[in-house]
Amino acid sequence: MTAIYKRELRSYFSTPLGYVFSAVYLAVSGLLFALYTLRSSSSDVSSFASMMIFGFVALLPLLTMRSFSDEKRLRTDALLLTSPVSATGIVLGKYLASLTVFAGNLLLSCAYIIPLGKYAAEHSPISPARTFGCFFAMFLVGACFIAVGTFVSSLTESQVVAAVGTMAILFFFAGIALFNGMIDSYAIRTVLSWISLYSRFTNFTYGMFDFASLVYYLSFAAVFVFLTVRVTERRRWI
Amino acid sequence: MIEVRNVFKHYGNVTALDDVSFTVNEGEIVGFLGPNGAGKSTMMNIVTGYLSSTSGEASVCGIDVLENPDEAKKKIGFLPEQPPLYREMKVSEYLNFVYELKKCTLNRKAHLDEIMAVTKIAGVKDRLIGNLSKGYRQRVGIAQALVGNPPVMIFDEPTVGLDPKQIIEIRNLIRNLGKNHTVVLSTHILPEVQSVCDRILIINEGRLIADEKTENVARAAASDRKYTVKVAGPRRDVLRELRALGGVRFAEDTGDGDADGAVFAVEAERGIDIRKQMFNMLAAKGWPIMELTPRGMSLEEVFVMITDEDERRRNAPERRAGKE
Repeated sequence: MTAIYKRELRSYFSTPLGYVFSAVYLAVSGLLFALYTLRSSSSDVSSFASMMIFGFVALLPLLTMRSFSDEKRLRTDALLLTSPVSATGIVLGKYLASLTVFAGNLLLSCAYIIPLGKYAAEHSPISPARTFGCFFAMFLVGACFIAVGTFVSSLTESQVVAAVGTMAILFFFAGIALFNGMIDSYAIRTVLSWISLYSRFTNFTYGMFDFASLVYYLSFAAVFVFLTVRVTERRRWI
Repeated sequence: MIEVRNVFKHYGNVTALDDVSFTVNEGEIVGFLGPNGAGKSTMMNIVTGYLSSTSGEASVCGIDVLENPDEAKKKIGFLPEQPPLYREMKVSEYLNFVYELKKCTLNRKAHLDEIMAVTKIAGVKDRLIGNLSKGYRQRVGIAQALVGNPPVMIFDEPTVGLDPKQIIEIRNLIRNLGKNHTVVLSTHILPEVQSVCDRILIINEGRLIADEKTENVARAAASDRKYTVKVAGPRRDVLRELRALGGVRFAEDTGDGDADGAVFAVEAERGIDIRKQMFNMLAAKGWPIMELTPRGMSLEEVFVMITDEDERRRNAPERRAGKE
């Protein structure tokens, strides 16, 4: 697993992908941060965080689109699958590498808080708990999205199909909350808001540690990682 | 070392392998021979654990490939049809990655240096794989299979796309590996197995149709004598005289030829060497032979012959039974 993790991580930055992703990620997050905090004279990063989730819908598929589809297209999966490494090891190595690149960028974007703290100090000082909650929740949502992206990329040989397919699925999970208001049935609304990745977000932005949501996010990611493992194992049986 | 028993593989309705069984002993070099789409790659993929069979068993060094895949895979070095190379990596990076992936315990630097020396890629170790030529990529693919010094090597069409000089080098390399490894390679080129392998497994339409020592196949292939001969002389007359020559089973004007002469295809009766008579006859007529090339059997012809023999052998007892 570590060999695959290291290779994946290195390959992000020996191809343009890692740099392009980081550049776009930091540009988009910087712009949104400026708009939703500095420009609106607020020290609350929660609206920035919830906007970023929609940014993730567009950005994170770029990070995962290549992970399995390229191996299949170039037949390099033959090396991985005939090596003494389990399918779980292969999938986790790749998943964690994508997660690391994302987490690194997220960590870099934490630096935005420094100028915010400088300007906001007088009137409305930053709440450390709420700010930490927002970034932590962003990390959890990102981890879920990357799991979905890794899964979709294991289904196809085409990077484009992987990216667009992932975006569609992510848009569904992130967008449920938006459409929820239009639905009359209470039962459907409850179910939808329960599976919505977006709705689970709010408690973290209030600085509360929401254990149920944490479990939800982690199991969401685990389910998709597990599905990817199954797809990888199944490849032998086709 | 390798044991395959009653392996079937179906892709939907297509039967890729139909009841294949064979064993490969320690230290043998075995060639899988078959036309494209015969099931060679499928068979190799099953032994290496890349694919699984629909039914049947495969084991390597006594370890079942399905029951204990991780242990079995440690025993195998595999070069797939398309070498599994990451274009964005340097050769040395790539081999280090494979070293870690295979959980090797040998001294890393010495081991990788030795592999690069054996496959002659030390000179390109700091270059990106994506920038290498096809021949070098193939060698890096072979180097990858050698990492960890596994006792069994499986090469799927190792010389495809190489130039003649490289082909000879790779064949020598494989022959050397065969001294202390068990090697299985696949090819659709008959001379390749003849020059490298101890034993030949011929596979056609998913069925194993022959399992022979190389000498036997070579003898069978040489027993039918066919030549192309270029003669400086009038086409029609030469053809007539060739046909009239004793021991000639078949002669034909190929229609090819140039200022030097016309090209004919000649086939001798089984067991007769017609070269001397042909030379004497043509010399007497004043039509010199410009070229005389023995035409080896094509793979298809060997197939036909072997399958024919196979069927004859199988039908023989029945016929006898019918007479009684």
